[in-house]
Amino acid sequence: MSEVKIEKLCKSYGPIDVLKDIDLTVEDGSFVVLVGPSGCGKSTLLRSIAGLEPVTSGTINIGGKQVNDLPPAQREIAMVFQSYALYPHKNVYDNMAFGLKFARTPKAEIDQRVSEAARILQLEPLLKRRPRELSGGQRQRVAIGRAIVRKPQVFLFDEPLSNLDAALRINTRVEIAKLHRLLKATIVYVTHDQVEAMTLADKIVVMNAGRVEQTGRPLDLYYRPANKFVAGFIGSPAMNFIDATVAKKDYLEFGSGVNLSLPLPKSCKVGERVTLGIRPEHIQFGARAKIQLDGKIDIIERLGEIGYAHVALPNGQTIVAQVNGEPNVGNGQTVSLALSSQQIHIFGEDGTTLTA
Amino acid sequence: MNVRKHASAFAVHAVLLAYTALALAPIILVIMNSFKERKAIFGSPLKPPSPSTFSLIGYDKVFGDSSIASYYINSITVTGGTIFFTLLFGSMAAWALAEYKFRWNTLLAIFLSIGIMVPIRLGSVALIQLIAQLNLINTLTALILVYVAQNIPLAVFILSEFIGQIPKDLREAARCDGLSEYNIFFHIILPLLRPAMATVAVFTMIPVWNDLWFPLLLAPAGGKQTITLGIQQFLGQYITDWNSVLSALSTAIIPVLILYVIFSRQLIRGLTSGAVK
Repeated sequence: MSEVKIEKLCKSYGPIDVLKDIDLTVEDGSFVVLVGPSGCGKSTLLRSIAGLEPVTSGTINIGGKQVNDLPPAQREIAMVFQSYALYPHKNVYDNMAFGLKFARTPKAEIDQRVSEAARILQLEPLLKRRPRELSGGQRQRVAIGRAIVRKPQVFLFDEPLSNLDAALRINTRVEIAKLHRLLKATIVYVTHDQVEAMTLADKIVVMNAGRVEQTGRPLDLYYRPANKFVAGFIGSPAMNFIDATVAKKDYLEFGSGVNLSLPLPKSCKVGERVTLGIRPEHIQFGARAKIQLDGKIDIIERLGEIGYAHVALPNGQTIVAQVNGEPNVGNGQTVSLALSSQQIHIFGEDGTTLTA
Repeated sequence: MNVRKHASAFAVHAVLLAYTALALAPIILVIMNSFKERKAIFGSPLKPPSPSTFSLIGYDKVFGDSSIASYYINSITVTGGTIFFTLLFGSMAAWALAEYKFRWNTLLAIFLSIGIMVPIRLGSVALIQLIAQLNLINTLTALILVYVAQNIPLAVFILSEFIGQIPKDLREAARCDGLSEYNIFFHIILPLLRPAMATVAVFTMIPVWNDLWFPLLLAPAGGKQTITLGIQQFLGQYITDWNSVLSALSTAIIPVLILYVIFSRQLIRGLTSGAVK
């Protein structure tokens, strides 16, 4: 059992609260990704689990044991740092074996564990090299190897792919996913990249300003965001938000004569200010639809198979719509956008999602 | 453009060569004259030794004198001891000041930096009293203690700058690997500090080896003289044995030169490259 259970965790630096009442359970063998904008406290949370940051209050349990006051080495965790943090004066073998040597592991066992990790990570030909003789991707693998040999209960990854170039990042992402399957390890992974979060996670924890905004399976967060922040953070390009007023039942006014008649959640009161959210990929062009907005295309970004049209509405707001294939649309053209009613999210004034 | 580039390179080298000549001339003069007869030293001090003026009499006397050998050993002991303890305590203090947050951290750092600004010789009288009370007059321990105290402030200053450059992640990775704070220091920090320590060693070594002041005050007799002090026995009030003085000075260069070569080999930059991106 290597479950991580965090209850009411708070951390402050003087008067500044970095983590506020965090509750989080990482089930045995699951891959949990902490994601959020920079400064949201996700790295601090990870470092608190690792024991590199003392916490102000609350408890951290790893494998059923409270570890609040244990030093990192006794928490049975292994951390992979963003900068890899390989020991520059030691070769690959020694980098991986270093911690084991200090734990007085027998030499034969060290050998066996290191060579197994090297085999899994295809590092066998590099064992005698120094970190400076390795490429970025190889260093990354050594850093992961150093974590594997310790046979920890929990792996902690702190933005491990940020220092890799785009192509290598995608490769390594797949490698990490495979590794998770192979080792059946419990992993807590920090990233600011929502694509990494979506592709790797069993469970995503979206954080903002020291709080957990929402926890859930990747597609749950995508289809059923709990609030405007999660809706805007998950998905790329980001969801469109249009401010509106509920003019009458099931009727939104956006200003400058732009209106929509659509089914609204029952909790919407007449006169309430709300925000309509719709993802670019849920908008269609041209089709006559029940829920439709007209606008003029400012610019189209074409990525090949798909493109993104920035459409200016008469009230001055711009919404981004996905263009599939090569339809007959061009800059400056007036278009009709069809919104699918199942994919429309309505957020109240405080940002929470209003549901029927 | 090319001509101007060459001209400026030439000017730079001319200045450097002139400076080198200025710095080396006295040393060359000493070495040259140490191989000459006494008469030739006075007669034509600027001429290199010729077959008629060549003589090893100075070296014969220096190597024949058993006390000179022990002065060498004293100097080497004092210099080596000073380097060792300065580096050990200096790096430990620098590590503590750079890595740990504790109450008197800043105050201690300022206190140590005062040591760089105030010359230790101002405290000579107090130091003599202290060393006398400790019964350490005429011992090498007294010299080593004073020199370590003299050199630690600068060592801490230089080394803490270097420690600041060692990525924080490395120390934390070591903590996750289960190393104690002492092991982090000895197995991670010290190996990475080698270039900085070599710098400090060179800065420490040369003034200590050449110092005449503290040997004269704290260990002037009892066979505990250092070589710089020991050479003084050849300088008399009425007659000075220049052959021996020059030969002893020439040989005194050798140990410090060897130490310098050893340390300067450590001054390799970029040892940390590859640790973190």
